[in-house]
Amino acid sequence: MEIRPILSALMRSKVALVLIGLQIALTLAIVCNALFIVSQRLQLMSRDSGMNEADTFTIGSLGFGAGFNIKTSIEEDMAMLRSLPGVAAAAPTNTVPLSNGGWSTGVSLKPEQKTSTASSAMYFVDEQGLDTFGAKLAEGRFFTADEITFREPGDNSWPPVTVITRALANKLFPGESAVGKQLYFDNEGAPQTVVGVVERMQVPWIGFASDEGPDAEFYSSFVPQRVAFGNFGRYLVRAEPGRRDEVMKAAEAKMTQTNQSRIVREPRTLERIRAEGYQEHRAMTIILIGVIVALLAVTALGIVGMASFWVTQRTKQIGTRRALGATRSSILRYFMTENFLITSLGLALGIVLTYGLNYWLMANYEAQRLPLIYLGGGMIALLLLGQAAVFGPATRASRVPPAVATRSV
Amino acid sequence: MFTYYLQLGFHSLKRNPLLTALMIFGIALGIGTSMTSLSVFYLMGSDPIPWKSDKLHAVQLDNWSKEEPYRTPNEPPDQVTYLEAKALMEAGKADLQAAMYKVVWPLQPDNAEIKPFSSLGRATFKDFFAMFEPPFKYGNPWDAAQDNEHARVTVVSSALNEKLFGGQDSTGKKVRLNEIEYTIVGVLDKWQPRVKYYDLTNGAFNDSEEYYVPFTTAIELQTRPSGNNSCWESSKPGWDGYLASDCVWIQFWVQLNSQAREDEYMAFLNNYVNEQKKLGRFARPLNNRLPDVNEWIEAQGVVSGDAQIQVGLSFAFLIVCLVNTIGLLLAKFMRKSSEIGLRRALGATRGQLFTQHLVEAGVIGISGGLIGLVLTWLGLMAVRGLYADLYNVARLDWVMVLTAIGLSITAAVLAGLFPTWKACQITPAVQLKTQ
Repeated sequence: MEIRPILSALMRSKVALVLIGLQIALTLAIVCNALFIVSQRLQLMSRDSGMNEADTFTIGSLGFGAGFNIKTSIEEDMAMLRSLPGVAAAAPTNTVPLSNGGWSTGVSLKPEQKTSTASSAMYFVDEQGLDTFGAKLAEGRFFTADEITFREPGDNSWPPVTVITRALANKLFPGESAVGKQLYFDNEGAPQTVVGVVERMQVPWIGFASDEGPDAEFYSSFVPQRVAFGNFGRYLVRAEPGRRDEVMKAAEAKMTQTNQSRIVREPRTLERIRAEGYQEHRAMTIILIGVIVALLAVTALGIVGMASFWVTQRTKQIGTRRALGATRSSILRYFMTENFLITSLGLALGIVLTYGLNYWLMANYEAQRLPLIYLGGGMIALLLLGQAAVFGPATRASRVPPAVATRSV
Repeated sequence: MFTYYLQLGFHSLKRNPLLTALMIFGIALGIGTSMTSLSVFYLMGSDPIPWKSDKLHAVQLDNWSKEEPYRTPNEPPDQVTYLEAKALMEAGKADLQAAMYKVVWPLQPDNAEIKPFSSLGRATFKDFFAMFEPPFKYGNPWDAAQDNEHARVTVVSSALNEKLFGGQDSTGKKVRLNEIEYTIVGVLDKWQPRVKYYDLTNGAFNDSEEYYVPFTTAIELQTRPSGNNSCWESSKPGWDGYLASDCVWIQFWVQLNSQAREDEYMAFLNNYVNEQKKLGRFARPLNNRLPDVNEWIEAQGVVSGDAQIQVGLSFAFLIVCLVNTIGLLLAKFMRKSSEIGLRRALGATRGQLFTQHLVEAGVIGISGGLIGLVLTWLGLMAVRGLYADLYNVARLDWVMVLTAIGLSITAAVLAGLFPTWKACQITPAVQLKTQ
């Protein structure tokens, strides 16, 4: 196929060329960057929190007034929950991953240290904590029942042992086993000995300490204490597989019934906590996918519209070419090649716009550099889209009978 | 003449309904997308109390650790300690001032049919009401004496009043919070600031409170905050240790009625901190701030990065839609070259042809804009579905409706102008010759 006659024909309608080219260029820039954001959000949301989310739920208890004995209330509730049919394990906890509320503390390696080595999320649990969360122990051991104490309100000391995540262990003690090492949750107090390391446990906050790298979201420590906030206590329950919803209802009913001087706070499954935690990212993903689809549709329809017009406008010329011996397929090829050229020109401009937009996102919104694969993929996709869009009108053009040339308008 | 052009326009549009639909749909989609994101963006960042936002100031004092700032590069904490809240309230140097914090208490209704529920409240001072101006339906705020006496009084929201008392005047009645009885002194009318600017630390788009009680009462009852509490060093044991600590957990707002008052207050704060430095507190360099409402909303990053990216991308999308429509209109007008040539030959002036085609472009633009408004409304419903928090900001307000109409007319004229101009360049002779 000769490209030169197509080019010279195009040059005679520069405006249309510029318009379609600009449209393609902008489409490429938006689609590539939006897809990149979408894939990063999907990656963020697909991270494993390190706990069993399928069978677990949290439930809370808020007692009335100064006379309420939160300490015995927690003990009674734990005994009741653990004896409930269908419960695999239960433990008191202050928070769970992704819930966006919790307690964090700076961790130091030496008492005289001025700034802490890392920030860690604190999970206050008892000896069943590991089993209830469904976390995997990588090294050492978890807490024993005799290590568990009750954290009195206003008490700011820390118990002598802790279990930390592998991510935190690698940060604090790179290259060596953390078990048996000491750290300080409060460098004016006594040290804590690491007795075990769990494989993975996400902190409650999405994007926690993000300036310290993606691992910081897995800097968590377990504390062998039952804790209450005023009269509020929270429990995590893991049901036997498949029985979560039934157990959740039973637990709520039983807790309401056993102690009347309190409110049983809305039980929430970990699935729901995850959905709410990632709500913003999920919404962004859906919105951007919507924009991408709409944009591709508008661009494709625009190409169809423009190509149809050109075909109609050139009916007579097509007829003349056919009369002079051009085959149907050469007419088809003419329009396909024309679209290929226009799209390519648009894509060339699009590369500049794509990286311009990416630069703007990096400068203002902590985005990362767009990998080349997105640009390449986007360009190929748009070329194919253009060819697909022009195929209909081009086929129509190829069906113009040669006799048209002989007719006057 | 205008109606004749309208007729011509409609006739021309009807000749090619698919293409017309394509152009209108393109503009509508572009307007719908960009107006949806712009509405959310605009309402997130818009001034929640425009008549006095420059007079209301958050108080920030830098009592953080000598070793590192509260937030890099050198941001002071967004809340204050109990020690400062107490000292600043006692000094009373501002025109109005209120310390406040978030509490969650169980509410135990007398009516046995309503089960006890946990309920969101705020412990604050009487000036809260004068500063943020929630409308009162019944009664009044409590007074200074009641602040001083730790009185068991409360102001309740209209929603709570509806729930407990069926919406009637409940002033003088009692409400039981965490086993303590409070006398209702005031009932608010519906009040939900779009952005909960007086406590951004605990959620910019959270619901407003169900009740307000004196700060002094909540302190006497040893109520710990239900909101954020940040410490750079551990507090001493017990409640008194907590109150004496450098932990920040209280929002502190002042009203300063003039620039002079603001300068005076800043001088007072600096003086206060310098006095504290002599006592060994406030180890960091002087870094006190008095951001007003809009500066506070900006500094606390209320408008999320995602919302800004959405606005940027949706406007780029609008440009694509416009370019698309320009191309299609151009193609359409060019195809009518012979008709235009004929009309020119029969005596139509360029001006008349220009008006005629601009009317045609305008019809497309305005229809696109109107459908775009409907799409915006649908888009905002979708945003509410996607972001549970954005219920109060994902709505169509009249500024945005006017902007949408203006934007679609501008878009249509922009899209129509160039093709129209091109159409008018057609010389009658050339077109007639090819006939």
